[in-house]
Amino acid sequence: MHPAPSVIFFTVFSGIGFGLLFFLGLGIPAVTGWTAFAFFVIAYLCAVGGLISSTFHLGHPERALKAFTQWRSSWLSREGWCAVIALILMGLYGAGLVFFGQHWGLIGFLGSVFSVLTVFTTSMIYTQLKTIPRWNTPLTPAMFMSFSLSGGALLAGQTTWAMVLIAIAAAIQIVLWMQGDGALAGSGTDLATATGLGTGGSVRAFEPPHTGTNYLLKEFAYTVGRKHSQKLRIISIGLFAVLPVVLLLLPFSHFIALLAVASHVAGALAARWLFFAEAEHVVGLYYGKR
Amino acid sequence: MTTLPQTTERKLGLVIDLDTCVGCHACVISCKGWNTENYGAPLSDTDAYGGDPSGTFLNRVHSYEVQPEAGAAQLIHFPKSCLHCEDAPCVTVCPTGASYKRVEDGIVLVNETDCIGCGLCAWACPYGAREMDAVEKVMKKCTLCVDRIYNENLPEEDREPACVRTCPAGARHFGDFADPDSNVSKLTAERGGMELMPEQGTKPVNRYLPPRPKDTIETDQIDILAPYLAPVAEEATGFLGWLDKTLEKL
Amino acid sequence: MPKDQPTIDLSPKVSDEVRKTTCYMCACRCGINVHMKDGEVAYIEGNKDHPVNKGVLCAKGSAGIMQVNAPSRLRAPLKRVGPRGSGEFEEISWDEALEIATDWLAPIRKDDPSKLAFFTGRDQSQSFTSFFAQNFGTPNYAAHGGFCSVNMAAAGIYTMGGAFWEFGQPDWDHTKLFVLFGVAEDHDSNPIKMGIGKIKARGARVVGVNPIRTGYNAVADDWFGITPGTDGLLILSIVHCLMKAGRIDLDYLARFTNAPCFVNGDEKSPEFGLLLRDDAGKELVMDRAAGKLTPFDQKGVKPDLSATYRHAGVTHRTVMHHMAERYLQDEYTPEAVADRVGIPAPRIRALAAEIARTAFEEAFELDQEWTDFRGETHKTMTGRPVSFHSMRGISAHANGFQTCRALHVLQIILGTVEVPGGFRFKPPYPKPATAHPKPHCGVTPAAPLDGPHLGFVHGPDDLALKEDGTPARIDKAFTWENPMSAHGLMHMVISNAHAGDPYKIDTLFMYMANMSWNSSMNTRGVIDMLTDQDEEGEYVIPRIIYSDAYSSEMVAYADLILPDTTYLERHDCISLLDRPICEADAAADAIRWPVIEPDRDVRGFQSVLCDLGARLGLPGFTNEDGSQKYADYGDYIVNHQRKPGIGPLAGWRMSDKGLTNGRGDVNEGQLDSYINNGGFWVGHIPDEALYYKPWNSAYQDWAVELGLFDSPQPYLFSLYVEPMRRFQLAAEGHGDRQPPEHLRARILETMDPLPIWYDPAPDNRAEAYPITALTQRPMAMYHSWGSQNAWLRQLHGHNPLYVPTNLMRLHGLTDGDWARVISPHGEITVPVLEMAALNPNTVWTWNAIGKRKGAWALDEDAPEATRGFLLNHLIHELLPPKGDGLRWSNSDPITGQAAWFDLKVRIEKADAPAESQPSLAPIKSPVGKGPSKLSWKVGK
Ligand SMILES: Nc1nc2c(c(=O)[nH]1)N[C@H]1C(S)=C(S)[C@@H](COP(=O)(O)OP(=O)(O)OC[C@H]3O[C@@H](n4cnc5c(=O)[nH]c(N)nc54)[C@H](O)[C@@H]3O)O[C@H]1N2
Ligand SMILES: Nc1nc2c(c(=O)[nH]1)N[C@H]1C(S)=C(S)[C@@H](COP(=O)(O)OP(=O)(O)OC[C@H]3O[C@@H](n4cnc5c(=O)[nH]c(N)nc54)[C@H](O)[C@@H]3O)O[C@H]1N2
Ligand code: SF4
Ligand code: SF4
Ligand code: SF4
Ligand code: SF4
Ligand code: SF4
Ligand SMILES: [Mo]
Repeated sequence: MHPAPSVIFFTVFSGIGFGLLFFLGLGIPAVTGWTAFAFFVIAYLCAVGGLISSTFHLGHPERALKAFTQWRSSWLSREGWCAVIALILMGLYGAGLVFFGQHWGLIGFLGSVFSVLTVFTTSMIYTQLKTIPRWNTPLTPAMFMSFSLSGGALLAGQTTWAMVLIAIAAAIQIVLWMQGDGALAGSGTDLATATGLGTGGSVRAFEPPHTGTNYLLKEFAYTVGRKHSQKLRIISIGLFAVLPVVLLLLPFSHFIALLAVASHVAGALAARWLFFAEAEHVVGLYYGKR
Repeated sequence: MTTLPQTTERKLGLVIDLDTCVGCHACVISCKGWNTENYGAPLSDTDAYGGDPSGTFLNRVHSYEVQPEAGAAQLIHFPKSCLHCEDAPCVTVCPTGASYKRVEDGIVLVNETDCIGCGLCAWACPYGAREMDAVEKVMKKCTLCVDRIYNENLPEEDREPACVRTCPAGARHFGDFADPDSNVSKLTAERGGMELMPEQGTKPVNRYLPPRPKDTIETDQIDILAPYLAPVAEEATGFLGWLDKTLEKL
Repeated sequence: MPKDQPTIDLSPKVSDEVRKTTCYMCACRCGINVHMKDGEVAYIEGNKDHPVNKGVLCAKGSAGIMQVNAPSRLRAPLKRVGPRGSGEFEEISWDEALEIATDWLAPIRKDDPSKLAFFTGRDQSQSFTSFFAQNFGTPNYAAHGGFCSVNMAAAGIYTMGGAFWEFGQPDWDHTKLFVLFGVAEDHDSNPIKMGIGKIKARGARVVGVNPIRTGYNAVADDWFGITPGTDGLLILSIVHCLMKAGRIDLDYLARFTNAPCFVNGDEKSPEFGLLLRDDAGKELVMDRAAGKLTPFDQKGVKPDLSATYRHAGVTHRTVMHHMAERYLQDEYTPEAVADRVGIPAPRIRALAAEIARTAFEEAFELDQEWTDFRGETHKTMTGRPVSFHSMRGISAHANGFQTCRALHVLQIILGTVEVPGGFRFKPPYPKPATAHPKPHCGVTPAAPLDGPHLGFVHGPDDLALKEDGTPARIDKAFTWENPMSAHGLMHMVISNAHAGDPYKIDTLFMYMANMSWNSSMNTRGVIDMLTDQDEEGEYVIPRIIYSDAYSSEMVAYADLILPDTTYLERHDCISLLDRPICEADAAADAIRWPVIEPDRDVRGFQSVLCDLGARLGLPGFTNEDGSQKYADYGDYIVNHQRKPGIGPLAGWRMSDKGLTNGRGDVNEGQLDSYINNGGFWVGHIPDEALYYKPWNSAYQDWAVELGLFDSPQPYLFSLYVEPMRRFQLAAEGHGDRQPPEHLRARILETMDPLPIWYDPAPDNRAEAYPITALTQRPMAMYHSWGSQNAWLRQLHGHNPLYVPTNLMRLHGLTDGDWARVISPHGEITVPVLEMAALNPNTVWTWNAIGKRKGAWALDEDAPEATRGFLLNHLIHELLPPKGDGLRWSNSDPITGQAAWFDLKVRIEKADAPAESQPSLAPIKSPVGKGPSKLSWKVGK
């Protein structure tokens, strides 16, 4: 899949943002006033910034409101609803904390639930796609949520939680990678089923239907070299998991915490880049790209 | 509407005969011509006369080589457009309801004024049947020429998809799969019309007729054929003797 | 309707008006419905009533709208201002352009008309352009047939009075086995596709003989991946098998062919090897009933195939005898030829057996009475449902004429020509070689030529030689080098004119031929010839006038450009005098008419010739008072008469009793009648005349009535082609006109009156260059024209070299790698792609996709120019030197047909260059560049 920067930023930052909101909604850390304000600003910057960045990916962002109509069937629509509900709830809850010094626990709790749900619905947009076997696994939501929560925990200053969640995220990510490498092959979809020609012998893509490029090739036929991907995987694990954990084990300082966050985010971006770039859409089979 | 109709009154679609398609791309271009001028936004082209030309097409003709266990490799031309799936994932993923399946005939369409150009439907389609238009920024796909097949401004005989009307080899057939007596149902039954990627669970309406067995002239028939070449005589002179005898009988 | 399903307009208005005309995105000439909105072309579809395409349309045809909108269209007459080849021009008025042309041409005509060479490429108005050339008086006229497929045309006409090409077709309704030799697309593009679709739907078998398995060969039930250049051998082996098994149609051979005719066996006679004839010149046969020699066409005669005739101590034997003697020999057994043709012997036998089985076991009768030329009435018509078709794959070789002949001999011995289920002619064919004109080259200053330029020779006397024996024509057509060059040799014009051999010319006038690019061999060399200057700095070819509609590569090499319209903006005439659109069961012709007006200062080329002809005072183009005779081409189409009652169009002529077809007077409303009928006219052949046309009295009478002939012309098929023997006799020393010494042996060897096969590979140095390199036409592109079309160029924007799997492995190549391809003549470096369904010693690419930078209004980084390439750089018009001090032409020694497909190469892996090599310097575009984005709807 084409690793569109808007979608990578969107999923990583909104994930972290909602992760932070999740913790804030549960009152972790229990902040009020300007401290709360700072936390909420960061959370909203990430979550809303991510959402806004996702609209760059739309052909007609001016019609974005229409995306709320299909919550009964569409995960993207559900994501929209969850995000809006989460943001409203957390807005109310945050307002209480910041301006009224009130901890409206039920609203916070519901906000947390919807924050997590938002990340879940986001992940389901990818998970639901049978066309991309690498994503079509429960590990995808697990990965999204573990990243979201570990990022959230980091930002929320929950060192222990952060270390545990990062370890979980790393574990899930590694399994997802390994499983993903065989996912297309294991999916039962190949050029033979794509063309129905398998009974006659082995099928090979010959001339493509056009010599130039098109939307499908630009969007779906992206490939990453094996070596390149191994390298990036190591770098990304190093950045989102190993380095932050090492840093968190060091005596706490704001600078080091910041460094840990930065490293985690950079690693998460790399991992997310790989998430898209490595994903093989079955349509590539038709073009002999798999 | 994004949810799929339980059933549709008719199941309109195409049968594409892989045994006959010569790969001429006629269907590709007639489709481009009709749909540029008709349903929805025009199908655009970018860098049209430049180094990286790219454009929106609703129908594309691939080609594949099949290497059987024994014998020569075969080449199959393979046209592909929307298969108007019964369980169309492109419809259910659409957040806006722009993508829908018509209840009356099962045609999957994009209502372009509702489309936000998120691309998700194209991600969900296993067949590469949807292309985002680079200029109009809306999702384009085969409409099964919905604006031809019922069009009262066209003579009755022309109320079929542009690609079917134009196919010189007659490799494309249009009809109602819900009707067991339709041409498409019969062809599917007679020739073993197949679904593409059945494992994806999309239940495509369009069917492909597989290529007939190839290169059998020698292997399958030699015993039957051998007698046809039994010599009338070994020598040239013997041939002339035979000629004489046979001519007598004429 | 469910509430959340949008309401859509299911019946939008399709167009304001439909204008019906004829496609010209290729030479197939399908009928099109041009849908107009607000006066502009909105959509093009096929015309369902049209005899050629019956509604279907190919990719090119549907993309016509993009041709008409193409930014590459020339805009106004151009005068060269920079050096030739630079592409620097100045736009001038039509008056100035026509004055320049007149100033150049008038003095030539006065002094020596042969100083004009007028060659018209992919011309569909040859009867008109040749009329102009004939009136001008130059012998130097031809169209593109010489580099295209003259072998196919000439072999067919000499053998059976008609050819494949677009001049005949299989009986798609009845055939059960269709064998296709060497065709990727052909001129009959849509009809062949429709035919294949039709017979496959019936479950009939299609066999493809072709080194490459794409397109028609991909859908063939059986594929024979033959070694290029060996079809003749395969066919003669099948002939061997059939004859040996007696699976030949003796009745047909005896009645309708020269198989029972006697070959003069008197070795001492100057007529040795010619056919015995009576005093009236009629071939003699032995009548079985009467037991004596009789002219072949007598009533009741039953020709004896196996007879011998002893006279004056000499035994004369029939053609059938000679054939048996030759083709029953062991050298033609499948086992003997298998290795060379690259097909195992059992497979060859299986094909021969399947042909035999279908022809004879599946024979059937049509309940249709008919009467033959001998007056005998037959109750039924016997069907032999085997049909063949073939084109350049067998004809574009140096042995192509004989190979095409062999194929015709094969169909004839099966009795499957002009019978139900077999191959059928389209009017004006059948028309034997003897009914065609002979070539004319009699030049008189300031007067027309003494007759038509092109035609069919029947012996040395008909050659186009001057008194001193030197070639009369600039292209050396109809000379000892290529005696039966019925279409001329357009591909030799530039090199001969440059060399001044046989003489120098002053003005080269070309129309619709991209000669500095894809239609020339040795492209770079031709470019050099076009730009070469003598010591005084004058161009060696002093003046070049060219008419094109688009900014092609050739435009840059002309001094004066006469810009043509596109096909929707002019009158054209698809005439029975020329290359009509007939079907096997109907005569048909058609027009194009201006369905839109040009938005530029361009004029239809034929209309320009009407004007130029008048300015030059050519008799056919001026009235008695010296004024212009035809206002424009439309005027000519209606008012010109070749002979009284015969004009360019056969439909809606005038008689005493009103409208008539075929012969008739001029009808001023003729074009309107065509337009009202969808742009075409069809005249059906009566049922009793549908088959056996060469011998069917009903057909012959119909043809006379229509004006195809002036009298019935029944004839025998020539298994044995006597004119060839006349050239051999000259080479043996008979007669006054003698070939030059160096050609004697070759004439003797190649001009065998019965088909032979010889191997062109050694002349092309196959020992060092073992791989054959071929091109194929992509179905969606027409030569060089397609690349200016924004839709089509996305399908074929560049052309890889397809390499068989074994050679990919051998040379360590994988898809996307580059290879150097080296021929005895040159080298190119190009991207490769693997192909399994390919002859193991063949590489190929799509023809004419590669483009010169700056041409066709494309950006200089267009993939056509950076990754696309021409194979033509590797092909030379001369064969590699043989060491005999001579340079032999790379063409068929009989017809001069360019031997494109004899090209031998070797390949090696190369480092990827920045772009495909050779890369020629850009030319300046005379039309600028196209827009980058296209997104519009007409009428909105
Ligand atoms: N390697 C290789 N080379 C080949 C062949 C091959 O098989 N392999 N095939 C050969 C054969 S058979 C042929 S016929 C030739 C064809 O080669 P060409 O005859 O050169 O064919 P085109 O590219 O069609 O170019 C004809 C020119 O006509 C112009 N043209 C198009 N429409 C119009 C019009 O309406 N009016 C005017 N005035 N001009 C117009 C085009 O712009 C173009 O410049 O190529 C030959 N060259
Ligand atoms: N779409 C489209 N249609 C066209 C044209 C075009 O440019 N585009 N051009 C028109 C013109 S000018 C012409 S002349 C016709 C030509 O029409 P075709 O005769 O179909 O011409 P080619 O495409 O050159 O195809 C030649 C075929 O012969 C095969 N071949 C080569 N050598 C051999 C051999 O030794 N033996 C056998 N058995 N096969 C061999 C090649 O693989 C190829 O498939 O097409 C006309 N129609
Ligand atoms: S038009 Fe027909 S034959 Fe041509 S590519 Fe399309 S389906 Fe195949
Ligand atoms: S082919 Fe693709 S676009 Fe068409 S209905 Fe099926 S899933 Fe949707
Ligand atoms: S691109 Fe348009 S049609 Fe496709 S899912 Fe998005 S909104 Fe729906
Ligand atoms: S049915 Fe219509 S829209 Fe669909 S591929 Fe055919 S021409 Fe195109
Ligand atoms: S075959 Fe195609 S390009 Fe040629 S005349 Fe017919 S429709 Fe036009
Ligand atoms: Mo040609």
